[in-house]
Amino acid sequence: MSGTVYDVAVVGGGNAGLSAALTAREAGASVIVLERAPRHFRGGNSRHTRNLRAAHATPTAILTDTYSEDEFFSDLLRVTGDDLDRDLARLVVHRSAGCPDWMRRHGVRFQSSLQGTLHLGRTNAFFLGGGKALMNSYYAAAARAGIEVVYDADVHALDLAGHAFEAAHVRIAGVERTVRARAVVLASGGFESNLEWLREAWGSAADNFIIRGTPYNTGTLLRLMLDAGAQPVGDPRACHAVAIDARAPKFDGGIVTRLDCVSLGIAVNAAGMRFYDEGEDFWPKRYAIWGSLVAQQPDQIAFSIIDAKAVGRFMPSVFPPFAAGSIRELAAMLQLPADALASTVAAYNAAVRPGRFDHAVLDDCRTEGLTPPKSHWALPLDTPPFWGYPLRPGITFTYLGLKVDARARVSMADGHPAANIYAAGEIMAGNILRRGYVAGAGMTIGTVVGRIAGEEAARHAAA
Amino acid sequence: MPRLELVGHGQHVMTVCNACRYCEQFCPVFPAMEQRLVFAEADLDYLANLCHNCGECLYACQYAPPHEFGINVPATLAAIRVESYEKYCWPRPLAVIFHRHSVARSIVLAAVLSLVMFALASVAGTESLAGRDPRGRFYGVVPHAVMVWLFGAAGLWVVVALSVGLRRFWRDIHGGGPAPSARVAHGLRDALTLRHLHTTGVDCTSNEEERSPWRRYFHHATFYGFLLCFASTSVAAVYHSLFGWPAPYAYTSLPVLLGTAGGIGLVAGPIGLLVLRRRRDPALTTPGHAGLDDSFIVLLLLTSATGIALLLLRGTALMGTLLVVHLGIVLALFVTLPYGKFVHGLYRAAALMKYSTERGSVKIRN
Repeated sequence: MSGTVYDVAVVGGGNAGLSAALTAREAGASVIVLERAPRHFRGGNSRHTRNLRAAHATPTAILTDTYSEDEFFSDLLRVTGDDLDRDLARLVVHRSAGCPDWMRRHGVRFQSSLQGTLHLGRTNAFFLGGGKALMNSYYAAAARAGIEVVYDADVHALDLAGHAFEAAHVRIAGVERTVRARAVVLASGGFESNLEWLREAWGSAADNFIIRGTPYNTGTLLRLMLDAGAQPVGDPRACHAVAIDARAPKFDGGIVTRLDCVSLGIAVNAAGMRFYDEGEDFWPKRYAIWGSLVAQQPDQIAFSIIDAKAVGRFMPSVFPPFAAGSIRELAAMLQLPADALASTVAAYNAAVRPGRFDHAVLDDCRTEGLTPPKSHWALPLDTPPFWGYPLRPGITFTYLGLKVDARARVSMADGHPAANIYAAGEIMAGNILRRGYVAGAGMTIGTVVGRIAGEEAARHAAA
Repeated sequence: MPRLELVGHGQHVMTVCNACRYCEQFCPVFPAMEQRLVFAEADLDYLANLCHNCGECLYACQYAPPHEFGINVPATLAAIRVESYEKYCWPRPLAVIFHRHSVARSIVLAAVLSLVMFALASVAGTESLAGRDPRGRFYGVVPHAVMVWLFGAAGLWVVVALSVGLRRFWRDIHGGGPAPSARVAHGLRDALTLRHLHTTGVDCTSNEEERSPWRRYFHHATFYGFLLCFASTSVAAVYHSLFGWPAPYAYTSLPVLLGTAGGIGLVAGPIGLLVLRRRRDPALTTPGHAGLDDSFIVLLLLTSATGIALLLLRGTALMGTLLVVHLGIVLALFVTLPYGKFVHGLYRAAALMKYSTERGSVKIRN
């Protein structure tokens, strides 16, 4: 490693990093991947993902029906409110169609579209076995291609000459090394697991946030580049956060800590009071606002309360519910003021209007004269056992990133692109998704821009 | 792990899996799991016997050790599987055998039973062991009646013990009542083809990202080799008792053709399985279970190896010795069938029939 000058160094070994590394290697470049995590936890947040959004003109073995580029693009426009780099977004959407085949050529396997959890089967291709299986396939492909992969590699400083990368200073299992390369691809994710940085942005409330993904996304490279004069994109305070089970581990709890029962009951804060319309819209559409709703409550905690009628109507979660024969008993278990919770439930029950319950549509079960209202799926909480789940904000990713151009080059403050510094994946996803959320679009951005960055970096190194 | 702890751990694992479901297209374990919100012991027994230990879900799992959730589905279900063999064993006191298997013990048992056969041959045989009969008359060494009574009694015991165990297992996982015949056929097809070892189009893993069909091929060679050998013996029994044609038979006769084909499978299959087992990632199984698998495979191998040797050397002075050794090994294999790895086939087939029944009655999303 020491003494060698690589053509391309890739910092970060997730989906974007490996997409870049494989593409650069196939273009003839010598490639080293510096992965912060040990081997078991390699792959960044990609190891917690499950699918990738891809446009397609005809049904395929892994995607049903059709999903045009225009429709994909308008989905992005809608959630971002048109605040995005349109050209780059267009490019990503256009090249998304080729992603599944490219991934398959690198050993990635997909679920068949005819089976499985597929309300997203038209728009999203599901990795067989999920994101960790995807990463295993990529790492096996990297080994076959002769890419050098170093784990436990903490890049903590960069040598830049003007706007050009010369070397990365890396601590590898405690030993200092210098990695020189003709070009570098930064694919090291956001800063969501950097607790100090989160505190800078959100104050002490951040202490009660749970980080759903890898503990290794500390934003070191993002910070180094911003300090070196790279242009930022996205609100430094913005993050994608959902309400998850408060008992989840601080990091890496992933998919299993989510709770899908909020719309089936009521949600109360630590004072035992409701604070938002639980039945405003379908849960997948409202999933992402509940993270910030809970973050705004005292001590950043809330509780989802349901009764026996809801059991079996939502995806099972990993932690058992607190269960009690009466609301007061449940309040004691959840350490909520019993009188307050009992009167909240009584007021809610009294406000529920009769209707035909149907969780699959925006039904007519709603409250009347209640603030805040519950607009749909409102059934009285009257059938024991009563169940309670504690909720905390769970951060999925942060939006702040590095501005890039259509060749994935990092834009510097003077408006010029860096000579040989490229960015891909979550570290630059804010160019396209700087608010809102489109399932699987992060993986599309990582794959498409990763491939562009790998191609461009290899070309630069060969020139 | 003690039984209660194992059940608790199995419930933890299935609860995490049920909240994740990323593995749902690997095999039937996951769609079957998705039908349940809580996991009783019988549910775990069912899921454990549905698992073919292909290994895919361990490598795909973001919660696998060293993650604090510590999810290792193949190893957990393997441990529960062995517990289930004990739990449904008849008679119960003999269940202790499941944990005491080793290759050395199998060989000792085969040797002891060979000595018993040797003693029987000396007492009841009409020809000396070392005698060189050019026609290789087996029943001169061990009389036909001795073989019939000995193996008949052992066979009856085996059938009774296996049936009781299977009944208990089925009652627990299905709650009584037979499966519809179409479901039985469907489950049997899945068992006989090992379909779920390659449902995804690629075979099982031996290590991360190393997939190969050889485990399935060697299993097929072993299983169908065993069946052909069994068929050979059955045809020979019919020849002898109905037609009065005594063994040994010509090289082109049906018993010898079946036995030779089966014997070759039953040599190649077990050797292949033994080699593959040593190359497999130890994380996929539970330490301490190697003896259970290996002892059964070695007995199968010894059965076929001595059978083939007997066929080739039946015209020589070694015939008598080989015959008693072969019969001793076959007897050792027979008496350990209900208390060893053999039972996995029955429980696996029953679990597959149950899965097929569930698929038929409930809409499984996979």
